[in-house]
Amino acid sequence: MLDKNQLLRFTTAGSVDDGKSTLIGRLLYDSKSIFEDQLKAIENTSKRKGHDGVDLALFTDGLRDEREQGITIDVAYRYFTTPKRKFIIADTPGHIQYTRNMVTGASTANVATILIDARHGVIEQTKRHAFIASLLQIPHIIVCVNKMDLVDFSEEIFNNIVSEFEDVSSKMLVKDVRFIPMSALLGDNVVNKSENMPWYQGAPMLHTLETMHVSSDINKVDARFPVQTVIRPQLEGFIDYRGYAGRVASGILRKGDEVTVMPSGFTSKVKSINLHDKELEEAYAPMSVSITLEDDIDISRGDMIVRSNNKPEPSQDIEVMLCWLNNSPAKSRAKYTIKHTSNSQKAMIKEVVYKYYINTLERNSEDTDLSMNDIAKVKIRITKPLMIDSYRENRITGSIILVDDSTNETVAAGMIV
Amino acid sequence: MSKYYLNYLDELESEAIFVLREVWAQFENPVILFSGGKDSILVTHLAKKAFYPAKTPFPLMHVDTGHNFPETIEFRDNIIKELGVQLIVGSVQESINEGRVDEEKGKNATRNALQITTLLDAIEANKIDCAIGGGRRDEEKARAKERFFSHRNDFGEWDPKNQRPELWNIFNGKHFEGEHFRAFPISNWTEMDVWNYIKRENIDIPSLYFAHEREVVWRQDSWIPNSEFLVLEDHEEVVTKKIRFRTLGDITITGGVESDADTLEKIATEVAGMRNTERGNRSDDKRSESAMEDRKRQGYF
Repeated sequence: MLDKNQLLRFTTAGSVDDGKSTLIGRLLYDSKSIFEDQLKAIENTSKRKGHDGVDLALFTDGLRDEREQGITIDVAYRYFTTPKRKFIIADTPGHIQYTRNMVTGASTANVATILIDARHGVIEQTKRHAFIASLLQIPHIIVCVNKMDLVDFSEEIFNNIVSEFEDVSSKMLVKDVRFIPMSALLGDNVVNKSENMPWYQGAPMLHTLETMHVSSDINKVDARFPVQTVIRPQLEGFIDYRGYAGRVASGILRKGDEVTVMPSGFTSKVKSINLHDKELEEAYAPMSVSITLEDDIDISRGDMIVRSNNKPEPSQDIEVMLCWLNNSPAKSRAKYTIKHTSNSQKAMIKEVVYKYYINTLERNSEDTDLSMNDIAKVKIRITKPLMIDSYRENRITGSIILVDDSTNETVAAGMIV
Repeated sequence: MSKYYLNYLDELESEAIFVLREVWAQFENPVILFSGGKDSILVTHLAKKAFYPAKTPFPLMHVDTGHNFPETIEFRDNIIKELGVQLIVGSVQESINEGRVDEEKGKNATRNALQITTLLDAIEANKIDCAIGGGRRDEEKARAKERFFSHRNDFGEWDPKNQRPELWNIFNGKHFEGEHFRAFPISNWTEMDVWNYIKRENIDIPSLYFAHEREVVWRQDSWIPNSEFLVLEDHEEVVTKKIRFRTLGDITITGGVESDADTLEKIATEVAGMRNTERGNRSDDKRSESAMEDRKRQGYF
């Protein structure tokens, strides 16, 4: 594996019926990412269950309850590496009662893969998965039209599904969509090119994942540096050192840049950028560094260092697309802790503007209760301003979570409109 | 192609440093769980980087089963001296002496499960609210579901079906008195990533990872080191082999593999060609399909 290789995170949503587990098993198996002891364990289980051959779906088995019920409940993370890239799969369930898990898996993904059973075409679940990918602003979507072996590898059926999907996705904000006809069971167009579908000119799935251009997806324009903590060593040689530790959320910060500290508004210049004992000329997303400034300013966790000519909007009232994650429904006008980058404040949901019925993609402004898995546009009032960008422009400074102070649980995730 | 992107190792490093700084910012009394294995050594190395030039702000906590490789203890004491941090030891032998746990009996007896009580007692006694571990999601299927910030109730138990959702990079470490968290900064690393990074950074690791001659016994498909704790069966024979260890646990349960890899370069090459998982040589994981899940629910690492 070469040192310049990148990391790509993708999410899969789907249920056992779509062949999702088989697809992941096939990717791992054909890319030789499965170890012999794992294979042996799966072979034994397949035999015990009376399957012919190896049931690739068993590779994605997780917790005991999931094995017993034969479903995915929680997000599971899986890893494989090819000579071109390292991959992280966020493997999520597909049913509507697990919307919150899909949203979780989608939040860090560069690519979403959506599975369609070629026999059934675009169904409600497909729309839901596409909607979540667009809501979470995943830059690339790969639509895997699976089980082509069960429709005689028909080009016509594939083309119909492509246009059905495009009808749906044209109403959403999705940028880059690719379609691949495949049979995960037989291995067609997953890692190896299919011999059964000579009419398909595109690349198999793995090659698509390996070559997809993702480094331009990161926002390089708006320099945002949320301060996590202040490093004050008070050791010999570093008596006056005050380093602001954080991870660049977006943009590029350079030595000598004029910066403003939000929310105080004080200005200074970047004196140095450090990663351990190395001094850097510049830092860009998603690097973790520490920064020192020319002037002694009061800065603490929750503040944000930005370039003076490009500042985020300090806001106390925000509009958010909120996904409710918790068993207990939202309480009307209750206070929650809102977490945004390294900042934490109190907040209140003032109004539910409308709720999405995600199976039909209809908005409803009458029904304003928020229960688990609901997605709604809401207005939130915060006790002190947060330094926000819109989620569409910045996935890090445009996202929030809500925490219920009576249970300490994370109850909602939001994307700032 | 734009130069403004990180390679996979830099991105993993940056993510781990971010997590470690979040732990420091969100908890009062965090520690690093240090076993002397490569993963906890890696976490300690990343913590040093995250807070440089300040001293590493976490004490190291070692759950000592008494069944150690002597090399591990020596390595632990050196790293404590080098970093100038505090060492907290939880002793399984003391837990046995105090009657908190009963030692397993029989040929395959280990102190592996006993560590849970010692670990939780040490967490409680030292008022630790976050224990940072070197667990990786690629190790085992129960670990594939772990969060970066993983909640433990006031009995130290993990509830895998009721975990807090973790979105983007916003971590929620809020907890009530008596509860604690486990944090896993290297969740997204694979065994190969760990070795490639150790090689790149030239991180010091115990000699046990390098090929060396050792007295061993063939048991459960791997070479178990001969030690004062090992009870031999009649048919078993002690032989000398050139081996190395892929993971380090108790000397009683950690199997070695035959190898000539005596440099980091050679180890990385060997691991890249390995066809079995690293935990395949750990008899603690072979007990049942959900051996790890069951132990984790009770409070295991």
